[in-house]
This record gives sequence, C-alpha cells and structure tokens, in this order.
Amino acid sequence: MTYEELLTQTALADEQIIVMTAENRALVRNLPGILGKRFIDTGITEQTMIGAAAGLALRDRVPVVHALAAFLTMRAFEFVRTDVGIANLPVKLSGFIPGFLSDANGPTHQAIEDISIMRGIPNLTVFAPADEDDLIKMLPEIWASDDPAYTRINTRQTGYEHTPFEIGKAEVVAEGSDVTILTYGLLFEQALIALEFLRKEGLSVGLINMRSLKPVDEEAILNAASQSKLLVTLEDHFLTGGLYTIVAEVLLKYYSTARVLPIALSEKWFKPALLPDVLQHEGFTGKQIAEKILGYKTRYQQPPVLTPQFSE
Amino acid sequence: MHQNNYNDKELEAIALKVRAHIIRMSTGGGCFTGASLSAVDLIVYLYGRFLNITQANLNDPERDYLFLSKGHDVPALYGTLAELGIIHKERLDNHLSIDDSIYWHPNTRIQGVEFHSGSLGHLPSVAVGVAMDIKICGGSNKVVCILGDGELNEGTCWEAMLVANAYKLDNLIFVVDRNHFQANVRTEDLIPLEPLADKFEAFGASVKRINGHDFNALHQAFSSYPFQEGKVNVVIADTIRGKGLPSIQERADRWFCNFSAQEVGQLLLELHGHDTTSLTSETLIVR
Repeated sequence: MTYEELLTQTALADEQIIVMTAENRALVRNLPGILGKRFIDTGITEQTMIGAAAGLALRDRVPVVHALAAFLTMRAFEFVRTDVGIANLPVKLSGFIPGFLSDANGPTHQAIEDISIMRGIPNLTVFAPADEDDLIKMLPEIWASDDPAYTRINTRQTGYEHTPFEIGKAEVVAEGSDVTILTYGLLFEQALIALEFLRKEGLSVGLINMRSLKPVDEEAILNAASQSKLLVTLEDHFLTGGLYTIVAEVLLKYYSTARVLPIALSEKWFKPALLPDVLQHEGFTGKQIAEKILGYKTRYQQPPVLTPQFSE
Repeated sequence: MHQNNYNDKELEAIALKVRAHIIRMSTGGGCFTGASLSAVDLIVYLYGRFLNITQANLNDPERDYLFLSKGHDVPALYGTLAELGIIHKERLDNHLSIDDSIYWHPNTRIQGVEFHSGSLGHLPSVAVGVAMDIKICGGSNKVVCILGDGELNEGTCWEAMLVANAYKLDNLIFVVDRNHFQANVRTEDLIPLEPLADKFEAFGASVKRINGHDFNALHQAFSSYPFQEGKVNVVIADTIRGKGLPSIQERADRWFCNFSAQEVGQLLLELHGHDTTSLTSETLIVR
C-alpha cells in the first residue's frame, strides 16, 4: 500500500479528516477528485495552511497537512508552535523529503533540524519511519491519536518487513553485546548493510529502528546501553537536538552512561547531489558506517543505493 | 438562535462600562489601555447586536465566531464578556493574578475566548480555517476576525487574504481597528498603510470604511453582510487610540499604561466627563 492509498482509505472512512497541502501534491495527486471539499490546497503558504489547519481542528476536524519538511517545520514553525502546540490540536504534519531525501535540492531544502525543533514543542509527537512499509504501519496509529504529530515522510522500498507499530515503542531488529546501532528514517537501509558487514567481522551487533522519536522508547535505549559496549546513533540530522541528544537525555535521566559514537551532520549542511552520491560523499553508506565503527577499512562491496524519484 | 439586539443607547451604556473596566485594569501591572479603548465600540457592537454569541450558546456549533487577532486589546473583550454575563464581573479583579488567567493576551481559559492570540498575524489564518469548515458543512455561522492596523505589517495577514479570496469565504469578516498607531509611532510615519481600502480591494475583498465609534455607522455597515456574494468582507473601522480619555488619547507614549490607584480614580471621573487628569506615572515599554 502507498501513502496516497492509505490516506485515501483513511479519509474516506473518516469524515473528520481534511487533507491539506501548501501546493506539494506529489503524494496526494488523486485526492482532490476523491475528497472534493475535504481537500484544501492553500497554495505556497505554509504558515496560513498551519493556521487554517488549527482553525479546522477547532471545528473537530483532523487535518493531515503536507509540505516539504524544511518549510513545514521552519517557515511555519511559529504557527506550529503557537497555533497547534499551545492549543494541543490534532493536526498531523507530513513533511516531504526530510533529511538526505532532499538530495540535490540544496541547503534551503534540507530539513536536518526538524526533529530537534519539532520535539521541542510541548504536546507535539515526532515520528520517522524507516521506509514505506514502516510508514504504512505507523501512520494509522499516528492519525488516530489525539495528539499533534510531525512525521518525516519516507516512501522508500527496502523489502524489509517491519513489526507492528506502537507509539512510543522502538523496533528492536537485533540485539548485540559489542555494538548497537540506533537509527531512524532512510538510514535504516544503510544500517542493515552495516549490520551485515560488522557481523562478518565477528562482532555481536544490535540494531534498533527508533521510529517514534517523541515519545521515545527509553527502555530500548537503556537496554542497549546496558547490553552493548558501544552505542552508535545514526541519523541524517544535525548532531544537535536529534537522536544523539535524545540518547544523552535518556541516559542522564536514569543516572546512566554509555560509550556513544554519533554519526550525524555536525555543524554543517550536506553537499547537494543525487542521494547515492550524497551518502557516499558524507560517509553514510552502510560500508562507511561499518568502517567508522570498526576503525579500519574493509573489502566489502557497498550495494547500490536506489535513487529516489524527483517529487517536489 | 438567540442573539443580543441592543439599541444604540444601550450599546453606548455598555461601552462606557467596558471603558471603566479597562481603566480599572490599567493599574497593578497595567495593560494596553490605549489599544483597548480604540476597540471597545467595535467589540461591544459585535456582541451586542451582530453576532449570535451569548452565554447560552457558547458551545453551539451554529454560533458565530469572534477572533481577536490583535490580542493586546483583550481588556476590551473581557470587559464586554463581563457586561454581557459571559464571565463574572468580579473576575476582572483578578487581572494579572497568578491564580487566574486574565493576563495581557487572550486565552481560552476565559469563557468566550475562541482562541489565544498575542503573536500578530496568526488569527487571520485560523479564522480562514474555521470559515472553510463552515463552508464545507454548509453552515451559516459568521466568522469575525479583529485586526490591529499595525498588525497589517505582518505578511501572514495578506497571505490569509489571498487564501480567503481563493476559497470565496464570504462568511469571513476582517475588521481592522484603524487607530492609526503602531506600538510606538503613527502607522503612516513608520509603515504607511494608505490607501488601505484599495489594498484590500486589490486582494479581492469587499470593503467598507466607517467610523468605528459610531454605533449607527457600524450597524449600517454590518447589516449589509455579506457585502458581496463570494467575496471576503472587510470593515476598516477608523478609531481613536485611547478613545474616551482625552489625557491619553492619540498619545504615542500611552500605549501600555500602568496608572497609580489615585490616577485610576481620576481617569474614571475623566471618562464620565470631568476635567482631564494630569498623569505622572510613567509609561512602561513592553515591546
């Protein structure tokens, strides 16, 4: 099932759902014809779209709103914080091309502080699915919740079949005594590759798909910290405020500590290019991740990375 | 659905009481006195004669909506809600008390407030969303959003106008409290707005410009709602900042006022036609 199919099915079953977009129609192309007046395109007005979504939610609607993640979370930030956050309205934000998925667009389009700023808003929940299968398993719970939510939309096909989703729970793919990689979003694909290479090198390796970043699965983080000699936080996000910070907050909260290797974007935007080249250039391929953890080069062959379709 | 239908004399009497509430709130920490006084007649008219909002129907899905986007004029709203029995008058004594929620900007802990505001340029879009839903539902509720003229500096007011026009929201009325002042200076000396009616018309609205302190003029304008089918309604209400108190009227340095108890007593007399008060308390700079 695709994002659009799921949204169509959900909106047809629930009259309260309103689909909105700030003229980003890539994943909602067919909805105007299907939903009629319950599809609202406000044009290139992220702020007004969010304010209007708050107004619709005051009338007991559940608006599912769409824009590029960078503009949804930053251009409209104060509207999300002030109109959705303070009022605690069930507005569901779908951010397109978050993180590395903005590939060749350039730094204007790079949402790599979105997790940090969205989770800083009281009441707002934050989610980052690993791929389309994960996305389709997560969204029904996210949309059915009474909370406002921000979701990093990720429709990549990985062939991985995820476990059922529960808000606030991570997906523990594997446990390991040497290393546990904690990640979210499209880097899950690369983490799976790194997992395989590290195991070939004889390490006991765990992997956790964090999925729900707020509320976060504290137990999964604490278990990994107690079971593994090293935690790796892997994310296409600034080092500040993302998963590395979340892990640090959880460890401190429970008077715990761990050796943590953060793999993130430290004080920099990434170099724009097509996704496979971005991953290679920035050091985020599965092979490069494994080698960072090992501390030495390997002879393993990095499998090709699927280039996403352009979806403005 | 029930709505108030006060005549001009009754509205004037209510407005006078609301102004007295505002003066009484302008001490012990103070409030935005001047900007509240300019909006009093607008708010009293809207609740007293135009909108179907009463204590009995505050949660009725068919009620009209009033959004105070300007926000810092909230003493005028609370005074009106108190005079119309939507909140208890004694509650206004809790102004700025930690034990209540009557602070410098509106919030929904106060019955009758539909949405919080304070950050300018937000409620036009929230009002657009509510008006859109009423259209989807086929309802006949009216949605009024009161804007400050200084607030029109915010681009999101105009963004919301574009969207409201696109969706032909003729159930939406933007009311501009045109008191000709920003926080610190006259609008025309900082960011000129005129010709303001032309600007709104160019955005597709149907515009009426009237004296915002004249209940008869207000009624003339609002009773022709909807002004034009398929068009957003805009009322530019020319008002006077500090209206009712000659000693602060139109004074740029009297935006936020925190009077002494003695001054409040004198200003209440001034409001009722006595001599102008000589003020010694300083104006606080809040912005």
